[in-house]
Amino acid sequence: MDQQELRRLENLCIQEWAPWCTAVCPVHVDVRGMTAAIAQGNFQAAAQALIRSVPFPGIISHVCDHPCESMCKRREIGEPIAIRALERSVLAYASPEEPRRPVIPKKDQSVAIVGAGLSGLTAAFDLARKGYRVIVFEATDRLGGSLWHHLEDSLPRSVMNDDFDALKKSPIEVRLSTHVNVVTSIPDLQQDFGAVYVGTGRAPLQSLGGEKIQPDFSAVDAATFETGRAGVFAGGSAVYRSAHHSPITSISHGRRAAISIDRFLQKVSLTASRENEGSYETRLFTSTEGIEHLQRVPMSDPARGYSSDEAREEAARCIQCECMECVKICEYLDHFKGYPKKYVRQIYNNLSIVMGQRHGNKFINSCSLCGLCKEVCPHNLHMGEVCKAARNIMVRQGKMPPSAHDFALRDMEFSNGDKAVLSRHQPGTTSSAYVFFPGCQLSGSSPDNVKRTYEYLRDRLDGGVGLMLRCCGAPADWAGREASFAQVMDDCRTEWQGMGSPRLIVACSSCYALFKAYLPEARPVSLWEIFDQQGLPRTDPSLRQGVLAIHDPCTSRHEARIHESVRNIVRSLGPEIAELPLSRDRTECCGFGGLMYFANRKLAEKVIERRVGETSLDLLAYCAVCCDHFRSQGKPSRHLLDLIFGDVKTRDTLAKAPDYSQKRENRVRLKSAFLVELWSEKGVEPEQSQRIKLHVTDKVRELMQERMILVEDLQQVVQWAENTGNKLVQKNTGRFLAHYRPGTVTYWVEYSADENGFTIHNTYSHRMEVLEVLKP
Amino acid sequence: MSHKVDTSGAEDWFCGKCGVSLESAKVEVSYMGSKYPVELPRCPRCGIVFVPEQLALGKMAQIEQLLEDK
Repeated sequence: MDQQELRRLENLCIQEWAPWCTAVCPVHVDVRGMTAAIAQGNFQAAAQALIRSVPFPGIISHVCDHPCESMCKRREIGEPIAIRALERSVLAYASPEEPRRPVIPKKDQSVAIVGAGLSGLTAAFDLARKGYRVIVFEATDRLGGSLWHHLEDSLPRSVMNDDFDALKKSPIEVRLSTHVNVVTSIPDLQQDFGAVYVGTGRAPLQSLGGEKIQPDFSAVDAATFETGRAGVFAGGSAVYRSAHHSPITSISHGRRAAISIDRFLQKVSLTASRENEGSYETRLFTSTEGIEHLQRVPMSDPARGYSSDEAREEAARCIQCECMECVKICEYLDHFKGYPKKYVRQIYNNLSIVMGQRHGNKFINSCSLCGLCKEVCPHNLHMGEVCKAARNIMVRQGKMPPSAHDFALRDMEFSNGDKAVLSRHQPGTTSSAYVFFPGCQLSGSSPDNVKRTYEYLRDRLDGGVGLMLRCCGAPADWAGREASFAQVMDDCRTEWQGMGSPRLIVACSSCYALFKAYLPEARPVSLWEIFDQQGLPRTDPSLRQGVLAIHDPCTSRHEARIHESVRNIVRSLGPEIAELPLSRDRTECCGFGGLMYFANRKLAEKVIERRVGETSLDLLAYCAVCCDHFRSQGKPSRHLLDLIFGDVKTRDTLAKAPDYSQKRENRVRLKSAFLVELWSEKGVEPEQSQRIKLHVTDKVRELMQERMILVEDLQQVVQWAENTGNKLVQKNTGRFLAHYRPGTVTYWVEYSADENGFTIHNTYSHRMEVLEVLKP
Repeated sequence: MSHKVDTSGAEDWFCGKCGVSLESAKVEVSYMGSKYPVELPRCPRCGIVFVPEQLALGKMAQIEQLLEDK
């Protein structure tokens, strides 16, 4: 990932864009922050949010033309928030303090401000704060300019006076009743001042000779407020010239002109980095779906404005606009307490670290890569693709933590090893029109269903249906092991070609997705489409009643034909279908995808919990792992094959899935059974160590599952200890403790000898190697 | 200097091969190309080392994680 790609990805996530109210406000008041504070009764904090952006908050809270309210998202679900009225309440129930600002040394340059309206006073206020000497020239005998056109009722004079009193604290010199002819006197002013700001409003100016002259402001630059004359700037209602006076626009002009004047006097670019200074269009997306429709909170006394309770209630109507569409639906994105814009930056930083801790590893490896984020993102940002690319880079850099995926990768190796792989033409044939690829998880989880399915396929399809037992390489792909994945896919291709390139029938949607992408010439077809087309086997209809919620596996997300076939199958079997709120192209992962379950078990368990909590109905899955995962949390779940072959009794919907060791054993037994029963060949011979008989209690089995330790690991340790005598003995129980390191993990086993083998009491492991020197 | 670690429970075990009690000794452990000296219970005769469960799943696992993220 280079900087350009980082920017592109960051730009796709719009979570940090301002809400509509703030974006349209020419001075960008943090309305969202203000309403949040009011809703909590913290008027003080709300006031600080207001005065951060508005120099004359009392005046603005009375006469602001509030463009924010017309853009308020609440409009779609009720009335817009009464933002201006809330600003008034903030000032009524808090005593805002001027935020502490750093003391800036006085500068020796000075600025002349012509006109003491809102824009001129704002420019004066801001420039004085920057350390310039500021003199305001006002033709009349009072501050405020066109504000005086407001009636006392709408803008009490006391409010104006209070706001202008604040100006007295800053070192601004005001010269009232001092006329400056902006047409003729500017060159004179420039003799004494480094810059001049003209904010003389709309009233035609009187020249010294009594002739009325309206200066021409049409050439004023809309971004920098420069006039045609260097060092002279202009803004306010004379410049924006809309039909209505907009106090907040005047303040914005004064503020932005002050920025230009400062830059002009500092001799730096007037135009650099000035995007979105005034009103702009936000790119934020906020869904209003499911939010209660609410009208404005009425004021019990409109003349006084909201009471504090009313203000809190009105502010609580603010929906706190933000996007977070992906975070809302993804346990993983929520778990790490950020959102994609932050996450892609963290990933970029993590990949760029040369020396030091890579704190982003866990985040990168925890994603299920399922792509639901992309489906709900207004700009199609796919965090799974970002994480997957990051994993590839980590592996290439040699920086992938081995423990994250090691177990799953070894399991893949096992499934593609001699004990589990098998490729054969249909018994009695020498060619195959089709080949059935059940996948390693179905073979491990439910070998009987593989047998029955293969029988069904042989019965229904002409031209010969071959069999291929192996793993498609998904674990390597998910783990970012590009070379390893390419090797597995090559092996699959070679085997497939060796069988005469038959059409591939795939049971698992992860295998299907990978073959579709990397072995398209095999024209992979989903097993479920075959069932849908060829008709279902006859089975006991009594087992197929009730209502089932269908869970689509995340790797089938864009396979509408598979979704449809599955639903056709279920409908013709009998049960009613209840669609989950997140299904088909918006389905969720079961916690296995992307090897999340291995890299972050706790998070995966939360993901499963979330999914099973979405329905009170029994779940129907058509991926072996999804079904196993749901059952692991006590959710009654069926695999579609159980339903098709119709021999799953109600209690079996809760049956615990085979553990890792049992899955391996199932794969070996399945191969053996096929070899012996269908091809009359010799079955798989167990290894020497596997002949050791172990008695493992359920409690220890659970521990093994949690610690990812296999029965064959235990057998190897016991065999080593019994052959060499290298073991410890517990004084009071006589139990043995032995360890052995067959590869990259050291396994420890506490055991005792029993009548016909060994009883296992405990087991644990570590990856760190103890450099032990054993003497004979 | 070697790191002291929690090896409580070691006194319950003796070497099955040599029949002697374990003694604390400096042993090297290695992971991800880094080596550290650690005080661990060891048979003074044959050199078999004892890594208690709490050490394997606690401190050792933590250091493994730190080294993996380096």
